[in-house]
Amino acid sequence: MIDALTLAVIQAGLQQVCNEMDITFSRAAFSPVIAEADDRSDGIYAAEDGALIAQGELGLPVFVGTMAHSAAHLVRLIGEGAVAAPEPGDIYIVNDPYLGGTHLMDVRFCRPFFVDGTLFCWLQNTGHWPDIGGMVPGGFSAHATEVEQEGLRLPPVKLFKRGVLDREILSIIQSNIRVADQRIGDIKAQAAALLVGEQRLGEMVARHGLATLRDAIAGIRDRAAERMRAEIRRIPAGVYTAESFVDSDGVVDAPLRIALTVTRQGDELVFDLSDSSPPCQGPMNSVWATTCSAVYLAMKHIFPEVPINAGTFAPLRVIRPEGTFLDARYPRPVSGCAAEVSQRIAEAVFLAIAEALPAEVWAAPAGTSGNFALGGFDPARGAGYVMYQITGGGYGGTAEADGLTNGCSTIGISKTAPVEVMEQYFPVLFRRFAIHEGSGGAGAQRGGFGVHYEVELLRGEAKASFVMDHGRFGPPGVLGGGEGAKNVVKLHRGGTTTIPLHLSKDQGLHLRAGDRVEVMTPGGGGYGDPRARDPALVERDVRRGYYTADQAKALWG
Amino acid sequence: MARVTAGIDVGGTFTDLLLQDASGRVRLAKVPTTTANQADGVLAAIAAAGSTPAALDLIIHGTTATTNAVLERKLAKVGLITTAGFRDVLELGRRTRPHPYGLKGGFEPLVPREWRREVAERMDARGGVVTPLDEEAVARAVRALLAEGVEALVVHFLHAYANPAHERRAGEIARALWPNAYVTLGHELLSEFREYERGTTAAVNAAVQPVLDRYITRLQDQLAAQGHRRDLLVMNGNGGTVAARLVAKDAAKTVMSGPASGVMAAAATLAQSGLANAITYDMGGTSTDVALIAGGVPEVSAELSIAYGLPIHLPMVDVRTVGAGGGSIAGLDAAGMIRVGPESAGSLPGPIGFGRGGTRPTITDANLVLGRLDPARLLAVAAPVPLQHLRDAFAESLATPLGITVEAAAEAVLRLANVHMTGAIRMVSLSRGHDPRDFCLFAFGGAGPLHAVALAREIGIPMVLVPARPGLTNALGCLVADLRQDAVNTLNRGLDDIAAEEITETLTAQRDRATALVLADAAEVERVEVQHVAEMQFRGQTHLIRVALPRADMARAEIQAAFEAAYFARFQVHLPEIRAVLVNLATTVIGRRRQLDLSALLDPAARDGQALVGERDLYAEGAWHRAAVWQRERLVEGARIAGPAIIQQADATTVLEPRSEAVVDAIGNLRITVQP
Repeated sequence: MIDALTLAVIQAGLQQVCNEMDITFSRAAFSPVIAEADDRSDGIYAAEDGALIAQGELGLPVFVGTMAHSAAHLVRLIGEGAVAAPEPGDIYIVNDPYLGGTHLMDVRFCRPFFVDGTLFCWLQNTGHWPDIGGMVPGGFSAHATEVEQEGLRLPPVKLFKRGVLDREILSIIQSNIRVADQRIGDIKAQAAALLVGEQRLGEMVARHGLATLRDAIAGIRDRAAERMRAEIRRIPAGVYTAESFVDSDGVVDAPLRIALTVTRQGDELVFDLSDSSPPCQGPMNSVWATTCSAVYLAMKHIFPEVPINAGTFAPLRVIRPEGTFLDARYPRPVSGCAAEVSQRIAEAVFLAIAEALPAEVWAAPAGTSGNFALGGFDPARGAGYVMYQITGGGYGGTAEADGLTNGCSTIGISKTAPVEVMEQYFPVLFRRFAIHEGSGGAGAQRGGFGVHYEVELLRGEAKASFVMDHGRFGPPGVLGGGEGAKNVVKLHRGGTTTIPLHLSKDQGLHLRAGDRVEVMTPGGGGYGDPRARDPALVERDVRRGYYTADQAKALWG
Repeated sequence: MARVTAGIDVGGTFTDLLLQDASGRVRLAKVPTTTANQADGVLAAIAAAGSTPAALDLIIHGTTATTNAVLERKLAKVGLITTAGFRDVLELGRRTRPHPYGLKGGFEPLVPREWRREVAERMDARGGVVTPLDEEAVARAVRALLAEGVEALVVHFLHAYANPAHERRAGEIARALWPNAYVTLGHELLSEFREYERGTTAAVNAAVQPVLDRYITRLQDQLAAQGHRRDLLVMNGNGGTVAARLVAKDAAKTVMSGPASGVMAAAATLAQSGLANAITYDMGGTSTDVALIAGGVPEVSAELSIAYGLPIHLPMVDVRTVGAGGGSIAGLDAAGMIRVGPESAGSLPGPIGFGRGGTRPTITDANLVLGRLDPARLLAVAAPVPLQHLRDAFAESLATPLGITVEAAAEAVLRLANVHMTGAIRMVSLSRGHDPRDFCLFAFGGAGPLHAVALAREIGIPMVLVPARPGLTNALGCLVADLRQDAVNTLNRGLDDIAAEEITETLTAQRDRATALVLADAAEVERVEVQHVAEMQFRGQTHLIRVALPRADMARAEIQAAFEAAYFARFQVHLPEIRAVLVNLATTVIGRRRQLDLSALLDPAARDGQALVGERDLYAEGAWHRAAVWQRERLVEGARIAGPAIIQQADATTVLEPRSEAVVDAIGNLRITVQP
């Protein structure tokens, strides 16, 4: 029996190993998606089944559940002889969505950790590469109908063999992705993070001994499960339902429904999504690993103090929603799963649990990553470019306060690039970057505001693509609160204004110099009865121009 | 020239003073901080040291006036004039949230939306005019803001770092109408790209300018009324000082000056001890500050934030604050795991042992239970608390549920607190490519020396250094600080695109500008030093690496080589495939002041060697020990003390764990070697 202090010390130590991997990865990475936006995660996984041992606190939330799935598939494939067995210094690379992934851009590196010649665990990380090939730069196609159109798909192969980078595999990758020359920097950073993890974990083995470490890992897992069960017991026993909608799949113009039933059974929660829409033609399918992870990260948002390991999620039983768009199989396209569908799943979880724990949970957040990609040729520089603009939106009101304005996506922690940086690199001029006025949902505590920006193409021609959501329905309020404003995309081209057919998703829209793209992102849902709001706050919000007097009258009376 | 100099630091709880008189003798004072008017505490400290303002030739002052103003949001009413279409930049931020998990928490910008006015004007990224400045609109906005009762003004235009012409012109118009000096132009304070960070830095400046100006004026007036004839020097967050009459202009630079002065004191102490590398560890009641000194030079960062959503992108001593201190609460979570923090009892109700109503065991209480702290010597106790109360609290919340002794529970709390601290220290050292084992641990603050030896053992640091006056380190930082000015310009172009002459000219102009400011107080300056730095990255990256440039006239190949070496040192990666970009050029000008002989910090008359003053029970490494208690002030040079032992002094207690040994060095530091 391991003592309480050793348990706590080893838990903190494992956490620190992961945090150091996260920091190393971000600081050495090239791509701003990783270096600035922290779209990556690092963790430690069990040798025998890939179960999560520890994960960095600074990692992107959507990866909390996916990497364990990925490691489990790797273990299985090695066992089946389909993938070569690990040797010290190897690093497997894999981005196959159906093997425990998200979208193709999220590339996993997995390194075996040996002690005295025996595999003890896996060190793994995921990094979002800025491009992985496919029909649109950046990978967020709105129109793909099969995964092959979305980019290069890598099964688990050894990119590093006994510590040496395989130049042949590298050249295959570089021949299939855009802006390939900078990827070597990210690859080296991603590998360096795992090496740091190996060194630090090696120090822990030397200090505590293998047997103690093994016992502690089991003990920590049990404690995390117990901690989550204690939180679950605070939820009144019962059945809670909620639904949320994806605007469309980008190909067929009809909403996709996520139907969630949460049942508290003893000290477990069962999540049933099996009444959701069937698989879709366009890229808004979610793979099983991402669907699971979306539920986990939503619960981690609700109970942020529970540490992250396999035990944390043991009392959360997600029934595999076979036959729905939330359990996509090959060759369904999936590029929207991590960025958008996962946020709709999390939204359904928030709405269901808000019924059960109204004092703690919030109204729906904007819940879209707001991806806008612009690819073109800049005649002044004689070079092609791909620009990505991501934006946040309003968060839902809570029992205590109005929602945050321009909060990050539910599944992310990524910052936007400054306008001054975008204009240095790309032939664009922002005409405005402002609050989306009136977008916060009404309530006793209103939702936060989305963003309203307008960007003009200065030179040459370009194509615009959008993968956003909440264009058809605003983020819902809770306990009588109103919904936040919808996402709006407008194209001002040659004197006419158009709106994409699918409102929030489209690709390949042609722009000429002088044309403008205007985007308004969703506000958060309101919390509680609007009539309960302090009139002084309503008046302040009008004075600040957050709402017009007419809007305020309509929303608050 | 025999002079009387005083370093006075106003902290959250105490106002500390170190005074060196004409004979070189040092006097100390520690008085409660007077929150309503910090100047009263300053005068009280001077009196407590047995001096008067009239007798002082120079006062160097560190103040938390601006820090507190920001943290408590007791700020001036600030208005903003900005580029049409961009008035919400300061409110939107960069798409973040306060915590990675949990969608709660809000943010109020420093300038509310009704006082953010837009005017037609626009520069492009290369500094070309897209839309000319509407000067009439500027004047209208200024008048409207004045009519609203706004006291300080920010003018912040997009791409002003590339071409400040519009910002300058708008500033002229505003200054002609504005009734006071509180007009901040974004590019003047910080000529770097990133509109949110530059704008927020300017807004912080404007918001604290009147606060600081009023405070410094009041202090100078009160000092002058009592016969003081000189202009003060005031500490900045860059670890240097600036003349009081200049300080309000760049008021934001004082916001993080408190922690910086402690690090500067550490650097001065190291220099006189013949040491170059240290991790500074300043533990207080609610938080702990950690910083890194490599090769004698404190690490500097221009990317610090004072609070969520409030980055201040000015070069400052890179002090990382960890939310763990003596008041951190220990307990078991719902699954029986031991936890220390992040909840804190703060100073109210505070630890149980302070007798102010605290009921939950804290780190300080663990130190009391284990005999590491003497309850009779605590400065902050309201009413004495029997030790049994503390033991009962540990029994109830930890020992009984875990089936262990009270002592084991209290020791577990300290060990776990040290493990968490280890994480923070590893982050500041390893993440910059330094191995902490190459450093000594420089422990100060009220609680730093209590934990330092155990902490050093946890990390694998072989030596702890406890300076002569660990509880007065910030005041010492004031006393030893040099004058210092920084200048930064953004280039953000490929190194191979920049002519060597442009680099030289930029650095030379920066040097001239900063030198003029430093020499504003020429009488204080013994000699001037100039440091040039290039902030660089490989194309496509966003993080910056600081590369020291030994001269202003460096060839490009030399800069490239210096960058590659710095990059490899940090990340162990060579990237010959990718182009280097020179993002910023920066120059620091330091006006060195006369050095203080730090051995004067201990009164030679008191050092009689009769230092063994008693013994008490000390629990360490699972057992009670009978530990000798030594009086720090009476130790002579070369004295050796083996652990387990306790060394007490007026301002701190040092615990020597078993298998550690302290030696008193030539300037009175305790050098403690720590066996693994």
